[in-house]
Amino acid sequence: MSRASKQAVLAAFLIAGLFGPLLYLRAKRRADDERQRAAMDRYGMSLEEVAEASGIHMVHSIPVLDPKLQNIAPMIASMGASVSIVDYDNDGWNDIYVTNSSPGSKNHLYRNLGNGRFEDVAEQLGVADLNKPGTGVCVGAVWADYDNDGYEDLFVYKWGKPELFHNDHGHGFTRVTDKAGLPDWINAGAATWLDYDGDGKLDLFIAGYWPDDVRLESTTTTKVMPNSFEYANNGGRKWLLRNMGDGTFKDVTHEVGLDSTRWTLAVIAADFNNDGMPDLFLANDYGVSQLYINEAGPNGRRFREIGEESGVGHSPKSGMNASVGDVLNSGALSIYVSNISEDGVLVQGNNLWVPQGPGSLKYTNLASAMGVELGGWSFGAQFGDLNNDGFLDLFLVNGYVSGKPEGNYWYDFSEITGGNSSIISDAKNWPAMKGRSLAGYQKKRVWLNGGDGRFFDVSQALGVTETYDGRAVALADLENNGSLDVIVANQGGPLMLYRNHVKPGRNWIEFELKGRASNRSAIGAQVRVKWNGQEQLQEVVAASGYAAENERRLHFGLGEARSIDKVTIRWPSGRVQTLESPQIDAMNHIEEPQ
Amino acid sequence: MSTAVASIPSETPTADNRVGWLSRFFSPNNRYLPPLFITCILLTGQLEFGILESWDRTLLAIATSMAMEIILSRLIVGKWPHLASAYISGISVGILVRSPFIWPYALCAALSILSKYAIRWRGRHLWNPSNFGVSAMLFLYPAAVASLSIQWGNTIWPMVTIWCVGSIIIYRLRRFHICASYVATFLLLSWIRSEVTGNTWLSAVAPLTGPMYQLFVFFMITDPRSTVSGWRSQCLVAALVAVAEMVLRLNGVIDAPYYALFLVGPVANFVDLAIGPRNAPQGARADAHPLASRAK
Repeated sequence: MSRASKQAVLAAFLIAGLFGPLLYLRAKRRADDERQRAAMDRYGMSLEEVAEASGIHMVHSIPVLDPKLQNIAPMIASMGASVSIVDYDNDGWNDIYVTNSSPGSKNHLYRNLGNGRFEDVAEQLGVADLNKPGTGVCVGAVWADYDNDGYEDLFVYKWGKPELFHNDHGHGFTRVTDKAGLPDWINAGAATWLDYDGDGKLDLFIAGYWPDDVRLESTTTTKVMPNSFEYANNGGRKWLLRNMGDGTFKDVTHEVGLDSTRWTLAVIAADFNNDGMPDLFLANDYGVSQLYINEAGPNGRRFREIGEESGVGHSPKSGMNASVGDVLNSGALSIYVSNISEDGVLVQGNNLWVPQGPGSLKYTNLASAMGVELGGWSFGAQFGDLNNDGFLDLFLVNGYVSGKPEGNYWYDFSEITGGNSSIISDAKNWPAMKGRSLAGYQKKRVWLNGGDGRFFDVSQALGVTETYDGRAVALADLENNGSLDVIVANQGGPLMLYRNHVKPGRNWIEFELKGRASNRSAIGAQVRVKWNGQEQLQEVVAASGYAAENERRLHFGLGEARSIDKVTIRWPSGRVQTLESPQIDAMNHIEEPQ
Repeated sequence: MSTAVASIPSETPTADNRVGWLSRFFSPNNRYLPPLFITCILLTGQLEFGILESWDRTLLAIATSMAMEIILSRLIVGKWPHLASAYISGISVGILVRSPFIWPYALCAALSILSKYAIRWRGRHLWNPSNFGVSAMLFLYPAAVASLSIQWGNTIWPMVTIWCVGSIIIYRLRRFHICASYVATFLLLSWIRSEVTGNTWLSAVAPLTGPMYQLFVFFMITDPRSTVSGWRSQCLVAALVAVAEMVLRLNGVIDAPYYALFLVGPVANFVDLAIGPRNAPQGARADAHPLASRAK
């Protein structure tokens, strides 16, 4: 063969190399679409957006910043929409609490009337007016019964003064912030309740996001931005407040070893190593995630950070979500962390950290292999069996700043974020956004778990087509009919309520746990359901996802199985309870044995 | 980047036995020097900052690149190749490509080396191989691939380190003038861009202060096998790359530097080959560039 012929052959190979994968990917996408359609037939469900019809008329209003930050205000003021689920009056129906964020705007507590409609009772009960000028802006709320009186209390975290409200047996709320001794100001990104020392009283963990001395409403400096986009450690400090049992809390953060100053946006407390004590996973913006293992020390409990050795804290990304789920029905909790993926600009990919086995602290990222990697500029996500087929599905919301449809801020963003820290940490150096979008108008994802280790996005087929800037998502059975409904809080957009209609014939079981020796909310309890040769583990947690809290009860889909082999409950106190034949297609109210 | 120095051939140590091993080691003729330096940069970046998606992906890029070099050299040239160039191309792909998937690393490395053998004119390749591969991947597969951007952090020390190390290497290779021309033009055009867009000059200059960009400046635009001959011509082409980049940047093209080099580089080489001293037999070009005569 002549040299020219060889070169021609090579050119053909080059062309094949350049465009062959394009053709392959296109064919693969068609095949995926086919499989999705098949999945829809197999895992039938539909979602119907009913917020307005249910009496929910809420549009989130964004924080207002100091004029010195005006050039990139939409980016800085891009958080604050949150949703948390609670049955605050113990009437057996899940209610919805959502935060607002502009000065003077009101939060809402939507009481579930049990007939498909909701009534806003926030003002009436005293938990609405939390955005008073000078006190900061609300960014999230998390409920738990901190005094074990049988009613869930409310903690609201802010870029500002945090607030704690005692639930007066469902008839109203009393502000107890000052009595509790909470910090005066935290630029919080996340918070959760956990009983870190196993004393039966729930403690409070709050994670700072912005540096502690920053006041975004009225700042003296424009140097408020992170000092790195992948290695920032100049964020807010963390707080672990120990419940002293008398309505007060004591700051034990440093004595238990929680010394992170990363930019935390999500936290989840769960028992990752099966030792019966809650550990902490922090999803950090501008850096690596952190996994703090709760261990016994000579002077009480200590948290040890093992992010890097466990695998979850090696590659720095933009963590914005932390939720857990037994995605493989293997009796082990995986962790889902959302990040940023924008075609051709920044393809971080979301992380699904799957442990090597139950209790293992070695994790592998299977997001790509399982098809839940690319969402967009992702925020909140929740695991839940949306179609009651026995496998946990995943609902993910995306979108950062939706501005003018024409043009976007990506070029300017990528230009400056690669620069030196002295340039990027000063907001005044940033190009003005001028109303442009940055990862705006992005779709949500409804990833159905095929049970074969792969997820399929069926959001469009299910009618989840809106493109508001999604922040928080929560799952709850709002109609007590055994299907998980979806509530989405959009930044600067309307609250969406997706009512879930599951194909008949899919069975389910739900558990509502009440602790006795353990905390009354049973936060930290683990439930293992064995049926049909498989086992699924779930844990009662407070905060889950981004700025969200799911219903307190645990929901398991069972597919077409009509019976359960065994249910094992491990209470936070360490007691283990076995249920041999719990009722399926029903809510099971379980009280911790004496 | 990458083939910058890799294409510089070895010179037998007998050339001057009186020179000590240290001098020989830092000689521009030591073709193991550039791979060693870029390996040091890679190791420092990874161990300090975790810049890579993973070790195995970078190793895959390196292995693919070297395998392609061996196969194609045997098939086309009939010789066993020196693998320094392919090693650097592979490592470049491993650093510059950011993807959560594995396949882009192999494909990009393969395309880079393939382009070197498939697209030739008058016995020379026109594109810098890794620039070709990375640009093609960014253009054709944006959903799967992005370029290195913020993964090296934003602190001062990596920047200073790469400036120093890069300057030493490039100076020893007598190609510092290319970098200087490019940087000077970039700085000047940054001011023009900031005037046009209304953004601060610091934001326009910001990319240059990031370590990723310095890799581009030091290693990619200086590749001897894909730069023109003649000191002045090289400075001119470097400046033209910066001009093309400015045009792309003003149009919001995020990966402007790669595309600018992709567009300007081959045109310049084409013109150079058509009218320049490279028209002359290889040996005659020694005067045009001190390294060119030793290029493979």
